[in-house]
Amino acid sequence: MSSITLTVNRQRHTVDVDPTTPLLYVLSDDLGLRGPKFGCGLGQCGACTVLSGGRAIRSCVTPASAVAGTEITTLEGLGTVDRPHPIQKAFVQEEAAQCGFCLSGVILTAKAFLDQNPKANDAEVRQAMSTVLCRCFTHVRMLRAIKRYRQEV
Amino acid sequence: MTPDAHDAFVRAGFSRRDFLKTSGVLVVTFGAASVVGAQGPFDTRPSHIDPQKLDSWIAIAADGKVTAYTGKAELGQGMFTAQTQLVAEELSVPVSSVTLVQCDTSVCPDQGTTSGSQSTPTNFNERNLAQAAATAREALATLAATRLGVPRDQLAIDGGAISIKGNDSRRVTYGDLLAGKAFNLQIDPQAKRKPANEWKVLGKPVPRLDMAAMMAGEFEFVHNIRVPGMLHGVVVRPPAPGATLTGIEESSTAGMSGIVKVVTRKNFVGVVAEKPWQAHQAASQLKVSWTQGTGLPPQRDFYDYLRKQPSRDAFIVNSKDVDEKLAKAAAVVKATYLHPYQMHGSMGTSCAVADVQGNKATVWSPTQSAYPTRSGVAMLLGLQPDSVRVVFVRGAGCYGINGADTVSYDAALLSQAVGKPVRVQLSRQDEMAWENYGFPYVIDQRVGIDGDGTIVVWDHEAWFASMGGRPGTGTPGNVVTGMLAGFSPAPFAPRAASDPTGRFNNGSNAAPSYVVGRVGTTAGGAGVVASERVLTHTIASPFFTGPLRSPSRLQNTFAHECLIDEVAARVKADPVAYRLRHLSDPRLKHVISEAARVARWEARPSPKPGATRRGVVSGRGVACVVYEGDNGYVAIVAEVDVNTASGKVIARRLFVAQDCGPVSNPDGMRNQLEGGALQGLSRALGEEVTWDDQKVTSIDWRTYHSMTLGDEMPAVESVLINRHDVEATGAGETAITVVAAAVGNAIFDATGVRIRQVPFTSERVKAALAAR
Repeated sequence: MSSITLTVNRQRHTVDVDPTTPLLYVLSDDLGLRGPKFGCGLGQCGACTVLSGGRAIRSCVTPASAVAGTEITTLEGLGTVDRPHPIQKAFVQEEAAQCGFCLSGVILTAKAFLDQNPKANDAEVRQAMSTVLCRCFTHVRMLRAIKRYRQEV
Repeated sequence: MTPDAHDAFVRAGFSRRDFLKTSGVLVVTFGAASVVGAQGPFDTRPSHIDPQKLDSWIAIAADGKVTAYTGKAELGQGMFTAQTQLVAEELSVPVSSVTLVQCDTSVCPDQGTTSGSQSTPTNFNERNLAQAAATAREALATLAATRLGVPRDQLAIDGGAISIKGNDSRRVTYGDLLAGKAFNLQIDPQAKRKPANEWKVLGKPVPRLDMAAMMAGEFEFVHNIRVPGMLHGVVVRPPAPGATLTGIEESSTAGMSGIVKVVTRKNFVGVVAEKPWQAHQAASQLKVSWTQGTGLPPQRDFYDYLRKQPSRDAFIVNSKDVDEKLAKAAAVVKATYLHPYQMHGSMGTSCAVADVQGNKATVWSPTQSAYPTRSGVAMLLGLQPDSVRVVFVRGAGCYGINGADTVSYDAALLSQAVGKPVRVQLSRQDEMAWENYGFPYVIDQRVGIDGDGTIVVWDHEAWFASMGGRPGTGTPGNVVTGMLAGFSPAPFAPRAASDPTGRFNNGSNAAPSYVVGRVGTTAGGAGVVASERVLTHTIASPFFTGPLRSPSRLQNTFAHECLIDEVAARVKADPVAYRLRHLSDPRLKHVISEAARVARWEARPSPKPGATRRGVVSGRGVACVVYEGDNGYVAIVAEVDVNTASGKVIARRLFVAQDCGPVSNPDGMRNQLEGGALQGLSRALGEEVTWDDQKVTSIDWRTYHSMTLGDEMPAVESVLINRHDVEATGAGETAITVVAAAVGNAIFDATGVRIRQVPFTSERVKAALAAR
């Protein structure tokens, strides 16, 4: 066990965990966060995505110790029900979900990419989303929501 | 019933005669009841919550707030919002005044399983939840009539209050009328539903009530349930089907921190630890030895293998003149269609939390079958069903039966072994290697035409593999955990086919839409072809199977809707006109015409004239179905591009017309329709379970090929035909049923090459193009 200090959604937390523990386990179990989810544990689907210093990372395959000292943002750190982030608002407006399990991957991957590449075209957005899954196949609405966010920001 | 199952029944306090065996499923028997409808896996039935009593469904607090109790769950399909709208509408209150409690066996009626596109038919017509809400409104109106001293027909009801028409000052609220008391009434089958033309909430695109919380990451999934003192379990599955446990070296995890217990029961193995990562590490490290698996039939010959096994056979229709008509036909078109095992492949691996304390258990479960899961858990734990509470909490979208039931059993077994609450979330491999896959199919068909090119005879013969399925109330061995813990799947017994009796049932759409569907003296099909034979062979599957969105309906429809295209091409007829010519059902004909209209369908035969053999070629295809013969009408036009060099197929546009009766929430229905269409596309183009001689090899997202957010997806244009003169039917499985056929037909239109095997991978299409 070792003590790791993480900054998550602008709050500092010190946790005592095995240093190999993936970040996702710390976020879900030690910090009780609901946004990032275990989808595959292999970094293949996106459900566990969080932002680390503005970059989208897969928290299921990132040891917590590797991101100590960075600013970590989960889906709930982006905005709230009452004060959603513009990309969350765009997704609500487009009703762009079914079961909702994939949303950390879809929203945070799109946000991280568009924040770096605000002028990206549709093909480039798709390329950025190429390792993100939604098994309800809400693709049409999600891409519309991403486009709405791109236009508004 | 297996001996294990029987013993468990007795332990759980049932007697054998409490159960009636019907088609491999055990169901509780009791008298028919008018307001709860017929008995099947989706229907409402008595439990400790009496579904005939209004208070089982609706409660109104002194402050006027409404609580409704349902046995149909939100699975991502929008059912939570739609049911809330329904109750709000019938009671004339705002949606925000209604709290809906879903599938908690301690308070909700037993409505079997949320599946089969049956939630809308069950709860949105004149029975169950809808009828309860209408009864409640009329009961309140009766109380108000007495209180206000005027007849019922002089009352106006709005906003949770009842007033005298034209005199708003004479007004009484629901809260005043009931003063927090129960209704103490039976559901009234005569209580009038509100006519659809008066709806203000139902039938409107009310935004999903859970949407904002999901987007903000605040929504509580079952994965987020945390119970005081909760431990974490990880299961260790066998390396291959049929492998049995021979030993465990507990010393192999010596020195690892946090381990609470290694649990075994027959072939079930799990590790419980204080923290989830500790449990994961311990389960990975634990030395468990197993026998070899029983071996698997080679995948390359699997479709031939299916034909050669002992089978349980059934005639859906048999006009007994099929061979004669085929012999006399001007021409016969015959073809074989193949469909692989596919998986639910939920986005999240399945998760549940169980707390078993002595003879009581609570399970927080994403199961689609709260009460049946209660029975299964009771059998596994040796408890009375009434001592088990199953609380539905949402999981990842499931599309049939993912690992939700099996992981509920895992958590219950582990919790019982340690006497503390245990949370289990499956690994990706355990989810994918052991789930109940969608059925693989081989379908042979022969269609005879007369001199005018009209179909006069249709012969359909199908082989498909099945094992296990939904556990129902008595067969926990229908999913992997139950089997590992000593229960058997529902037994398989070969049986010769006998002629159909009773009413025509299209047998999971085994009967094509184009036949008359004659059983006895009545015809229940949607078509005009009178000479008809539909024979199905069920064989024992080497893998667990279960209902995967549009189970069998999709596979059968793929075969029918491609074959009619083949026949249309043979007689050089336009595929839309040719379908219409062989159908009698006006609603099915209407959706075809609507899909063709919005797609600006150009009437001509396929393949497209003048198509080149190089570069990217494009084509269009149509397909239609009446789901289960009476549960939703849909037609689709697909426009695709085919890259003749790579074989890659990209769908550009899908036009879907759908008639599911009165629409509860048009945006919700569109969302289901779009998702179904694109999920159908992913299944048509890439998804296939694979295996070697021992085990499943499609165990993650690199080996099981789902389309991603990066794939080029078609625009989906939908037409909702909103009818108020018919019953509300299901809408979750309609669109997906017709996609593979329409895409296959569009590939043919573009290239002149017919691909008769799903999935239409680039390799398969390229090989077929090379062979032309």
